[in-house]
Amino acid sequence: MRLVAFLALSLAAVGAGIAVFVVDSMARATVALAASFVAVGAVILLLDAPYLGVITILMMLMEMAVMVVFMIMYMMNPAGLMPMSMVHNKRGARAISIGMFGLLAAGVVMTPWPQRRGRVPADPTHALGEAIMGSKMLVMIAVSAVLFATIVSALVLATGRGRYDPPEPAAPTGEAGS
Amino acid sequence: MTLEMCLLLAAALFSVGLYGALSQQAVVMVMMGLELMINGLVVAGAAFWYFLSPARADGQVLVLVVLAAMTVEMAMGFAVTTLLFRAKDVDMTDMAGELRR
Repeated sequence: MRLVAFLALSLAAVGAGIAVFVVDSMARATVALAASFVAVGAVILLLDAPYLGVITILMMLMEMAVMVVFMIMYMMNPAGLMPMSMVHNKRGARAISIGMFGLLAAGVVMTPWPQRRGRVPADPTHALGEAIMGSKMLVMIAVSAVLFATIVSALVLATGRGRYDPPEPAAPTGEAGS
Repeated sequence: MTLEMCLLLAAALFSVGLYGALSQQAVVMVMMGLELMINGLVVAGAAFWYFLSPARADGQVLVLVVLAAMTVEMAMGFAVTTLLFRAKDVDMTDMAGELRR
């Protein structure tokens, strides 16, 4: 039963991932990416990691909601009403990615993986919380510093000029003249 | 369900994302490709934890760090996109070629 669910979810995840780069509409691409993430979150749920699975699904759904806004802001053709090709070096990219999959698959199949050590704890989420608050606290402290630096630098990059910067060149007046 | 099957799924997701990151011209689509690649890493991390060393929480912490890296990638990517667009009206990767030579 688990195997069937895993195979179905894997097919869904990879299929939705391929659909991201095949469909015309950007909205559909975003939904396909969200579907791929949800399938991956469900695979993680199958691997007895409920916290990580749920957090993946929730985070990625929110991230895709934000991404839709940026899509509409920056894409020339967000709805896919005028089909246009926005790819370069398609053949080379395909060859490189298929070669990469072959390489990774060969590594996966040929590596003698070690035996499983230990058993899944009764409550993996509890074990994760203990680790974060105990032996792995330094990791989380480093991550929090990185996230804070990200907030500051993203704001600095994305905001317009501050009040002490030289003024921006005057924007061209609109066609309507208003 | 074995470790190899999970890792093959991770490799497939990574390769699809790599194809997108290499072939797409729109910056937003390139970032979608990067997200798919990190998605594969999440599966691989969870599989390593479950199939190799489930008694210790190291693998789960690693997946959390990868998820944090994903959010950082998204935030910084969109910040740089916004900056490029403000400065030069650039929204395609081919138009941002100042560092090419």
